[in-house]
Amino acid sequence: MSEPAERMIAGAAEEKIMGLARSLYGQFQDGIVPHISLPTRTKANIEYDKDEEVWVYGSQETLRSVKTVRGAKSLLKTVHLADLLIKEHLRNNRGSTLREIYYISENWDIAKFNEQSESDRLIEDLEIVTSLQREDFHVRPEEDGAAIFGPLHIREKTRRGERDIHCQDEVGEAGYQIPFNVDNIEFLGCDAKMVMAVETGGMYARLIENGFDEEYDAILVHLKGQPARSTRRLIRRLNAELGLPVTVFTDGDPWSYRIFASVAYGAIKSAHLSEHLVTPTAKFLGVQPSDIVDYNLSTDKLTDKDLQALRSELSDPRFDSDYWKRQIQLQIDLKRKAEQQAFAGKGLDFVTKEYLPARLGELGLA
Amino acid sequence: MEIAEELARQQKAISVAEFFEKNRQILGFDSAPRALITCVKEAVDNSLDACEDAGILPDIFVQIKRDGDLFTIIEEDNGPGIVKAEVPRVFAKLLYGSRFHCLRQSRGQQGIGISAGVLYSQLTSGKPTRITSKIGPGRPATYLEVMINTAKNEPEILDEREIEWERARGTRVEMEMEGSYVRSRRQSVYSYLKNVATVNPHARITLVEPDGTIEVFERAVETLPKKAFEIQPHPHGMELGGLIKLLRYTERKKLRAFLKETFSAIGNITAQEICQISGLDGDLPPQEIGHDQAKRLLSAFKAVKVKSPPIDCLSPIGESLLRAGLVKEYRLDFLATATRPVAVYSGNPFLVEVCLAYGGELSSEGRVEILRFANRVPLIYQQGACAIAHAIEGITWKNYSLSQPGGGLPVGPAVILVHVASTNIPFTSESKDAIADMPEILGEIDLALKEVGRKLRRYLSRQSALSERREKEEIIGRILPRISRKLAEILEMQEPEIGPVVAKIMGNVLICRHVSRENGLTSVRIDVENHGDLSRSFKLHDLLGQEAISVDPPARKAQIKDGYDYNWKLALKSGERATICYKIPTDDAPFSAPIVEGLSEEMVTGAKVILS
Repeated sequence: MSEPAERMIAGAAEEKIMGLARSLYGQFQDGIVPHISLPTRTKANIEYDKDEEVWVYGSQETLRSVKTVRGAKSLLKTVHLADLLIKEHLRNNRGSTLREIYYISENWDIAKFNEQSESDRLIEDLEIVTSLQREDFHVRPEEDGAAIFGPLHIREKTRRGERDIHCQDEVGEAGYQIPFNVDNIEFLGCDAKMVMAVETGGMYARLIENGFDEEYDAILVHLKGQPARSTRRLIRRLNAELGLPVTVFTDGDPWSYRIFASVAYGAIKSAHLSEHLVTPTAKFLGVQPSDIVDYNLSTDKLTDKDLQALRSELSDPRFDSDYWKRQIQLQIDLKRKAEQQAFAGKGLDFVTKEYLPARLGELGLA
Repeated sequence: MEIAEELARQQKAISVAEFFEKNRQILGFDSAPRALITCVKEAVDNSLDACEDAGILPDIFVQIKRDGDLFTIIEEDNGPGIVKAEVPRVFAKLLYGSRFHCLRQSRGQQGIGISAGVLYSQLTSGKPTRITSKIGPGRPATYLEVMINTAKNEPEILDEREIEWERARGTRVEMEMEGSYVRSRRQSVYSYLKNVATVNPHARITLVEPDGTIEVFERAVETLPKKAFEIQPHPHGMELGGLIKLLRYTERKKLRAFLKETFSAIGNITAQEICQISGLDGDLPPQEIGHDQAKRLLSAFKAVKVKSPPIDCLSPIGESLLRAGLVKEYRLDFLATATRPVAVYSGNPFLVEVCLAYGGELSSEGRVEILRFANRVPLIYQQGACAIAHAIEGITWKNYSLSQPGGGLPVGPAVILVHVASTNIPFTSESKDAIADMPEILGEIDLALKEVGRKLRRYLSRQSALSERREKEEIIGRILPRISRKLAEILEMQEPEIGPVVAKIMGNVLICRHVSRENGLTSVRIDVENHGDLSRSFKLHDLLGQEAISVDPPARKAQIKDGYDYNWKLALKSGERATICYKIPTDDAPFSAPIVEGLSEEMVTGAKVILS
């Protein structure tokens, strides 16, 4: 992106934040109790957008007004945040991480954030109100070390110039680390036939060691637990721009299904960005509860929290399909869960020689 | 010999003392810490009863000494003392006492307590109990060492002599036993005595613990509780067997006289009425009344209206003493008490008192603390089996502003004290730990709890109104001005006027003047809006230097020193708005703030307030 283009985007972002400030100012002048209304961010208020094929917020709104101390403080913090983003970030072309913003608020007296989750949430609010993404305000997350490995040739625009990297031949065993702003990456070439997103580092390393990426022409993405926005954005771009099918390979427990859901359906917290982050055609590969039975995997007992999470998923609109209802119910009946690594009990090659080929076959990908 | 005859030869009577020797848990001696508490409790109960009977303000001294595994309990009072001949049987014969046959509220009932302590002491230490008693100044004190002959349930005296004792009168008991001393929050000698002090604020209790710590629970009042009088059984709640027994053994010759003399609350008229309803002749000798006739008599008891039992057989603690007792032991924000009228279960009068204390230094974590009392005696074991706990659990505390997650006892910074006073408390067992679930008692506790619950709810809702007010002041005083300042900084504009928003949040009457000047004419519009929940009537004054024209709505006008006082009578419903317009034929007329008359200052935004 050229300098003037960046300036223009910064100008547009500033204008949108100013718009919010103006509307609050106007409320004071008109004698209206100042407030912002935001979509309610719970699972009861997400609905399926047929055109975009992703889950987005529904029509329920939460009103944040100065009538309560909580609401008033929250608005005061929002206004402070707006001031910071306009004067420090956008006008000076600087940026901060989410953590840094939390620390910057130390000087804001009663507007200081109590914890980082509070500032993170207000930034998400600003994203919703302005229909922009936090990168547009020059706010970035901490690097979380998620990586990809596979036959993909990219060009990354860094602060120190452009770098051309082949994500299989020119990286170490850990792979290419995904930067926080994935839109600075340009795809130069790709010999892959599919993308496989893997939850745990152990399985990611196992697949690389077994040469799975070469044998199946696969780009492996290490999700590192619940994936960051940048990881999900990259998966979406690989799917949308290069037309690669995406599969997700996680542990077999309720928390892992939520990882899959955030890749394929969107996360409840960031449903306002679903169209940028979500890969609706992503397929769940495993570990499926039925695999526990079919492959006789070694398992752990479900905890009470696990069971609670499974039951909550039964009422989550994102899991409202026959496939998920059957699998979740089966797991509740089994009362067991299995890790990806459980396949190692059948030999180190079992997962790449038997399980994955069989599953990819079922999904029509091999 | 036939088997039955063989067996019959082995049958023999069991002494009550032997029975309790083998079943000590029934009397509350099932664990080492508990045995110690039970002995202290029995001794203190006796002392308090004796002092109150004699009209003496109790001054009780308890000391626990430790020697290896053995503990020595010393308990001393300033009561009337016990005559020498009675001492052995009072202390060393089970089921010997003065209160079992009388219908009057007292702590002790059966005459088991202290002798059970003596029994436990001799079982575990092998030593006799040492008693000193003195019945008046100038008389020698009696010193006795006694044990119980368990086979016969009779006292045995090991030593007896006259000694010098510095007290004017009183009784001292010293017993040695196995035990274990704990000073936990509940279920300890310390907290037992603290609870005793709470409901007996007329007593001074001193405790010396094994480590030498001295705790004094000081007297809070200098008057004795009202004395309880002995009464006769009440016809309500009489049971058939009991009635038949009374009929058979009465000395009265005629049924009418029997009814009048045997029961409380039955006079000539009621006796006649009962005879009529039951179809029995009032002249019939009671001894000749058969089973069926007794049944008819009993149902007649239920059919007639009789007075409640006289309350003077009971001695409630009373609201002011309950209050004094709790305030003495706890730091509190709020306290409510309720005393129910006397009611009857199974012919026994009883009365319920409840006290609910809230806030202060009470912990808001966890379930509320319950203090249970029966005839002024703290109950510390088996809370879960007690009617008091059951009645508390039966209340939907949410209705009274306490949370009750998952049912059961409510949660919050509260202490609930329940006192049941009766001529005969129905305990679930001889160890007197828990009151049985008699429906009448549960019902009375329930009503008393609801009464204090309503008081608590009223208090808390008043508190939350206050805190809402404080919250609004925080918003208006600290947060709103900062928001408006920051917005002005971002937009590089003037700070917006926050008055209208303040009026809305506070529910005030907002007065706002708009002025426009052109062509030598000043046009004025005053908007008045009531943001409160209630209607407001008041007078609005506007002081002008010269006469106004086109005044709408018309105003009353009064000439004052430097001009005119225009005033309007306004009455605005909640949310209603009025507009006042006028013009002044110059374009530089100065204005001072409008003045409101008839509202208090904190209800008005945008105007000065004067008192009417």
